[in-house]
Amino acid sequence: MYYVDLAVTGLSFGCMYAMMSVGLTLVYGLLRILHIAHAAVFALGAYVTVLVANATGSLALGFLAALAVTPLFGMAIYRLLYEPLLQYRPDVPMVASVGLLIFMQDAFRILFGEQGVTFKNNALAFKTLDIGGVRVGVVQAALIVAAAVVFVGLHVLTTRTRVGVGWRATVSRPKIAASFGIDPIRVRYLNFALGSALAALAGGLVALMDNLVDPAIGFVVSYKALAIIVLGGLGNVRGTLLASLALGLVESYGTIFIGQWLDRDAIAFLAVIALLMIRPQGLAGVRAA
Amino acid sequence: MSAYEVSVASVIGINVILAIGLNLISGFCGQISLGHGAFFGAGAYAAALVMTKVGNAPLAVAAAVAAASLLGTVVGFASLRVRSDFLAVTTIGVNFLFIGFVRKQAWLGGEMGISAIPPSGLGALGNLGLILLCACATVAFSVYVNQSWMGFAFRAVGEDETAARTLGIDPGAYKLAAFAIGTALAGLAGAFYTFFTQFITPDAFDFIFSVMLLAMVVIGGVGSTFGVLTAAIGLTLLPEAIRFVNDYRLLVFGGLMIIMIRFAPRGLAGLARAAFLRARPR
Repeated sequence: MYYVDLAVTGLSFGCMYAMMSVGLTLVYGLLRILHIAHAAVFALGAYVTVLVANATGSLALGFLAALAVTPLFGMAIYRLLYEPLLQYRPDVPMVASVGLLIFMQDAFRILFGEQGVTFKNNALAFKTLDIGGVRVGVVQAALIVAAAVVFVGLHVLTTRTRVGVGWRATVSRPKIAASFGIDPIRVRYLNFALGSALAALAGGLVALMDNLVDPAIGFVVSYKALAIIVLGGLGNVRGTLLASLALGLVESYGTIFIGQWLDRDAIAFLAVIALLMIRPQGLAGVRAA
Repeated sequence: MSAYEVSVASVIGINVILAIGLNLISGFCGQISLGHGAFFGAGAYAAALVMTKVGNAPLAVAAAVAAASLLGTVVGFASLRVRSDFLAVTTIGVNFLFIGFVRKQAWLGGEMGISAIPPSGLGALGNLGLILLCACATVAFSVYVNQSWMGFAFRAVGEDETAARTLGIDPGAYKLAAFAIGTALAGLAGAFYTFFTQFITPDAFDFIFSVMLLAMVVIGGVGSTFGVLTAAIGLTLLPEAIRFVNDYRLLVFGGLMIIMIRFAPRGLAGLARAAFLRARPR
């Protein structure tokens, strides 16, 4: 039973990582930018969710507001920061991205305080479900469901709709896609809008789970989500899910078995490095970088 | 010099050695590394162990350089297998692995780090002199490497590995050399850091610090020794210079980083080159 509990914890962490990283995969797959400021978008989503939910008393309104604000913010990041820097080495936009993350984190600290903000009325954070003898938090279950919905939705979007096919075409062969009448600039905006909305959703859910939003909430996203999307294979949505779940499980079991030698992050990165040595192109990648 | 000035100057010297070393790997040889803090830390911990157990400063420096360079060569082997962003994430991983390992080791002081490290015997001013001397030597070495055959081979590997191979340059050998040299310099800086603070904790060598080092390289101008030198000095002094904004320091720092990159994407070296070309009579 103990091992089943560990598996459930691992899976729910995996789903959390998947939600954090999937938006980043979309951005990365298209532009090959290590978009570290994705963590700032994630934090913005979390803050908007908690502030609007507290102001209006409605959690749903909080999530809706976050889903409305962050796509605009994401598109602004692309237009103002990344677009002028695309012609340079990839570490140039990355450093700009780091600057933005530092800026935003400190802005959140100054505006809303070091201690962060909690939900005034968050009954969900402490409720648990009993599924066949395994106890799962309601928010954790919501994360798992949200991840399932998002990944199925993305699969349908990219395989069944015109927009999605255009997106995939632009990712793999931008010039040929453009010659078929797909506007690559519009694809990029769509990409940032969708990626940022997904980050906001993840941010809101994580805030709900921890019942707290503090300036450091995005930090874990800045490096772990990066590792996950690279491990998953460049911009590969399915690979991202696979890598997230793998990392969640490895951390969950790893902390029990080798926790006295390495901390949680180190265990995760040990797995990432080992897997990258075996598969240098990522878990689901088909071509070398 | 006041104690404050001595300590700021020491940190500048240490950061210059680190940034120039990273520039060898990421600038000259094009191998993006986001884990330079780990090699710095390996050097600092090796020096701290030697100082507390043996108490011999030259031996501590040698141990620091050897430890960092050994770890760097291992990571260099990883760079033969994974490239570009995959390498970037691997080096991030090395950084977290190093920190996570040190935190759990009782013999390395765990979370608390190693304190009460015996002094190097040179005094604060002597340490500063040694650090600045080595920083100058590092800059001279970097200038020398840049115009040597090795520097040419580094650039060739950084630009296009396949093309480098057709010139008879073995990319693997030069990548390993870049990692070995660059990380040895990080180890040297680590030993000086240990002499300087006499107290080390794992957090001093974390991912954030590695990112700041790469920011020095990029803001200075990738591959430019003097650009990186200027950026290393500038980015170390900046938080001191903007003390007056007090509570808003990180906000201003992040904002300046964005503006700098946005308007000078080729870094300080690019700005200088543009100014020079404009001033030149036609």
